[in-house]
Amino acid sequence: MAWSRDDMARRAAAELQDGFYVNLGIGIPTLVSNFIPPGITVQLQSENGMLGMGPFPFEGEEDPDLINAGKQTITELPTTSYFDSAQSFGMIRGGHIDVSILGAMQVAQNGDLANWMIPGRMVKGMGGAMDLVAGVKRVVVLMEHTARNEPKLLRECTLPLTGKGVVDMVITDLGVFEIDRAGMTLTELAPDVSLDEIRQKTEASFIVRVE
Amino acid sequence: MNKIYPDAHAALAGLLRDGITIMSGGFGLCGIPELLIAAIRDSGVRGLTVISNNAGIDAAGLGLLLETRQIRKMVSSYVGENKLFADLYLSGALELEFNPQGTLAERIRAGGAGIPAFFTKTGVGTLIAEGKEVREFDGENYVMEKGLVADLSVIHAWKADREGNLVYRKTARNFNPVMATAGRITVAEVEHLVEPGALDPDHIHTPGIFVQRIVRAATFEKPIEQRTVRKRGN
Repeated sequence: MAWSRDDMARRAAAELQDGFYVNLGIGIPTLVSNFIPPGITVQLQSENGMLGMGPFPFEGEEDPDLINAGKQTITELPTTSYFDSAQSFGMIRGGHIDVSILGAMQVAQNGDLANWMIPGRMVKGMGGAMDLVAGVKRVVVLMEHTARNEPKLLRECTLPLTGKGVVDMVITDLGVFEIDRAGMTLTELAPDVSLDEIRQKTEASFIVRVE
Repeated sequence: MNKIYPDAHAALAGLLRDGITIMSGGFGLCGIPELLIAAIRDSGVRGLTVISNNAGIDAAGLGLLLETRQIRKMVSSYVGENKLFADLYLSGALELEFNPQGTLAERIRAGGAGIPAFFTKTGVGTLIAEGKEVREFDGENYVMEKGLVADLSVIHAWKADREGNLVYRKTARNFNPVMATAGRITVAEVEHLVEPGALDPDHIHTPGIFVQRIVRAATFEKPIEQRTVRKRGN
């Protein structure tokens, strides 16, 4: 059985270590904050200018001056800090954030990432994605394995890139891949997912090292 | 020298001309100079280039200036959530330059600090780097981005004193402090105007040298784009 969105988020949360500074993208990556392993503390960075992001507010306690990068109302924690956009991206581009977990449209076997633009359609913009993938120490992609039955793990991205050779790990509903200079390696399969199914739904070439 | 103006129209008097470049603070609708944007709309000035992370939403924020077709070009990182923007852009009535959000913030910071250009890893190997100088430092490629300045910056702050020292509140800070440094003239709308000495000098975010005009307004709409809450007892 393929992983659910929650399963994927739980698997991504297992990549977090005590003391990490973490930036979570919009969509499935946001769910990761629900599965932070017990006994570890991480600080969530929100690129609009906040470190130490708390949960959503109780109804009636929303503050229009306190939002995350998805423009959702949130809360602060006792250790929260606020800063301006230049300092926020100084943190990101300067390599101070330990891991960025974000969604993708396509990932290539060399780590190229495309997640901001489909030519011919209205483009909303890259926001902070290009900065995150260029500057954060480790980039983990959380995405469905296919889109309308078309593979998203490709030999080469066909969409305009967000970053070149930037992805370190891809977690899909079917399994986990690691990407390094040598290429892409399948390291885990979701329960009851066969290697054949993964091969069928993946265009990228990869080696298999499932424990 | 008096920096305090009685209302937003007075605070912008003499500063608006067709075709100027304006920086407008805020992230989404959080920390936007909503009174100053409305006053720019009322002035009827046209052909503006607006540098702002986002373009507002329909009928709020910079959406007001899109409705009246006063903006010729936007420099932004993300313009979703705005149908009118999409229509204007797709019909060719609006020019758009996308900058990665960190590149945009750093270009503004650099502009305000007298730095004409800098190199960054962001965007290397993407459309963003096309036509720009790429240079290798210590075995890695970086793309050159230029500093940005504006004829006018309009920003929002929480508190100000008469000197123009500013304090922002929570995530409403965002682009406001860097834009304050990069406008030839910076006009700040503030929620509270306090007496000299009421702000702790150690806690000032924007020193008054960057602020030429201040307008206080008692009421703001402060719309919320995505109201998300959790249930009590969770």
